Amino acid sequence: MNFFRQCLILMSSILISLLTFVGISNADGHKGFKLGVVTFLSGPAAEPFGVPAWNGGKLFIKLLNEGKVPAPYNKKGFGGMKITAIPIDESGGATKQVQEFRNLVQRDKVDAVLGYVSSGDCMAIPSVADELKALTVLYDCGTPRVFEDASYKYVFRTAAHAAMDNIAIAKYLIEKGHDISSIAGINQNYAWGKDSWKDFSVSVKKLSPSSEIKNELFPKIFSGQYGTEISALMNSKAKVVHSSLWGGDLQSFILQAKPRGLFKRTQVVFSAGDHVMPGLGNKYPEGVILGARGQYGMMAPDTALNKWFYKSYMDEYGVFPAQPPYRMVQGLMGLKMAIEKAMEKNGGKKPNKDEIAAAFKGLEFDSPGGLVQMKLGDGHQAIQPHAIGTTAKDKDGNITVTDIVRYKASCVNPPNGIKAVDWINAGFPGADC
Amino acid sequence: MSEKLYNNLLFQSIFLMLFLILVGLLIPNWLVFVITKAIAYGLVGLGIITLMRGGLVSFGQGFVFGIGGYTAGLLGTQAGLTDAMLLLFVSFLFTGLVGLIIAPLLARYRDIFFAMLSLAFSMVLYGILIKIDAIGGSDGFVLPESTYFGIKPSSEYADYLLYVVAIIMTGFISILLRYYYDSTPGLIALAVRENELRVEYLGSSAFNVAVLNFTIAAGLGGMGGALNGIALGHIDPEFTYWTTSGEFVFISILAGYLSVPAVFLAALLLELVRSFSGRYFPDTWQLILGLFLILSIIFIPSGIGSFFKQFFDRLKKSNK
Repeated sequence: MNFFRQCLILMSSILISLLTFVGISNADGHKGFKLGVVTFLSGPAAEPFGVPAWNGGKLFIKLLNEGKVPAPYNKKGFGGMKITAIPIDESGGATKQVQEFRNLVQRDKVDAVLGYVSSGDCMAIPSVADELKALTVLYDCGTPRVFEDASYKYVFRTAAHAAMDNIAIAKYLIEKGHDISSIAGINQNYAWGKDSWKDFSVSVKKLSPSSEIKNELFPKIFSGQYGTEISALMNSKAKVVHSSLWGGDLQSFILQAKPRGLFKRTQVVFSAGDHVMPGLGNKYPEGVILGARGQYGMMAPDTALNKWFYKSYMDEYGVFPAQPPYRMVQGLMGLKMAIEKAMEKNGGKKPNKDEIAAAFKGLEFDSPGGLVQMKLGDGHQAIQPHAIGTTAKDKDGNITVTDIVRYKASCVNPPNGIKAVDWINAGFPGADC
Repeated sequence: MSEKLYNNLLFQSIFLMLFLILVGLLIPNWLVFVITKAIAYGLVGLGIITLMRGGLVSFGQGFVFGIGGYTAGLLGTQAGLTDAMLLLFVSFLFTGLVGLIIAPLLARYRDIFFAMLSLAFSMVLYGILIKIDAIGGSDGFVLPESTYFGIKPSSEYADYLLYVVAIIMTGFISILLRYYYDSTPGLIALAVRENELRVEYLGSSAFNVAVLNFTIAAGLGGMGGALNGIALGHIDPEFTYWTTSGEFVFISILAGYLSVPAVFLAALLLELVRSFSGRYFPDTWQLILGLFLILSIIFIPSGIGSFFKQFFDRLKKSNK
């Protein structure tokens, strides 16, 4: 029995160490607001997207905690509660993110999670979020399917989905009189790329039924090498090449396609093209039509809130803010407004997630990119005004965006209850432009 | 002597399983979840160790991991089968069968050729899966919540129930494997590892040993994949990607081939290191993980299992 006793001693020591370990990791009782922030901090999407987004978020949270943000965001933190952010790396695929999400909710006991750039992650997280009853704000990802194919109680998206980007680009091409008799596309082979191409090609077909589709290319996400695809696009001689590539993929594509003359030969349109401008600088090609997934960066509206944000970011980091920081700040603003609205209702206590979710539904708030309205998906999905422009060199030889056309939110977003692709197919009924 | 040892083993294992099931009630939800996930990875690692005993290392266990995961997922979404225990068992059998079909092809190769061919299989499957849009392409799909004997537990208990199911099924599989390792074909595998030619001269077939071991490894990998998919509630082609396969190889190296429980401990250790480095060093977590991998290979070259063996050998000596 000596052996048995030794085993018991071993097991109880394991148990004790486990419990101490658990005790330590649960020790931090918390009075403020604990926020998990998930964005790309490593891999090809980090440098042009994830890191600037988090830079914007970090700065905004710091200023909120100090109470230095102009009205209506001038209350300290979230309704007086100090915000503690826990950043988590988004790289590694949807399955890993589900696990990290569970860790944030169950281990760190965060009050809310703000995150997700990749549409694949946004498709995977919401069902887990509802299962764990965890308040989740999707701040960036684009696929319209999140709230079109399902509905969730605790999940909100504070930015418009990708249908807007592609509808607006199609409209812009026609308004500016570009030749769209033939189109081709290069988009990543996952939810975002597929949906973007579908929305764009169907919109073009709807607005100009005679145009024909030449090439539909779907390279893998983060593949980084586009030699073959560029050859195929050059050979197809399509008048317009559409792409929803983003992050490091977009940078690689631009750097590989520019010397081969793709941008001179065809009209290239990028549905999410501005966020690599700070990194590429004057290597960015001229004459490209691009959207920023909202009125962001060089296409931002001339409002006091935007001027404040643009200047704060510029002062802190020395580059202009493109789409990513705008979108993260937009998510934080939505969350702040929802929390403060819930606190008004419950008499100033820290609201629980049901109260915040109830306040979030159908919320409207001002952001540097314009008015955000949680109108779709029964009040869970935002719409916002949009802008499309064309790149050109200014008189100093720097790349800038000109020929900007602004679109009302209701002009390029479907009404509540109608799927984006059905709305496009029906010829945009009820669009208020 | 051996009779007594086996009885003892069965008793020890059931005692350990009951102990772990009770521990599951005391520890918080997230740790229950991490252990479940470690069990899933450990199962695949156990498969690799079964192969390692015969001198083979597979760089493509993501192949069976993915097949198991997708089997469970598709049965759940397409056929409406949601019983966790049944899903695990069916995935085990089905992936084992797939393993048996491709094993004769793989078993003709050794060393790096075996490793690369298995890797090729997993990457072909990956390529196919990301192209099939009907099952989500590269986004994968969400699994329905699982049931246990027809009962759908509330979300607070779902994790714990799956943990219990995982412990019980894995516990019995581990016992069976220990018996197998100590049986004649199991020991022949060790002989193949030492000198394949001599084994053939003595009248045993190294080929058959490799086929048998690969089939077992496939079944285990399939069950691990199914468990991982059910636990996460989401499945995507990343399951079959080479980086996933690499993790399994690392778990087996960290564990060594001497002990069965060591595999699960290694998987748990890796999971905890990864998760906590991701939490506390979001910008440099890969660096921490890499350091951990390098240090563990330098300082415990024959794996955690060697500690176990030393410990038990010393115990036996002191008992005499």
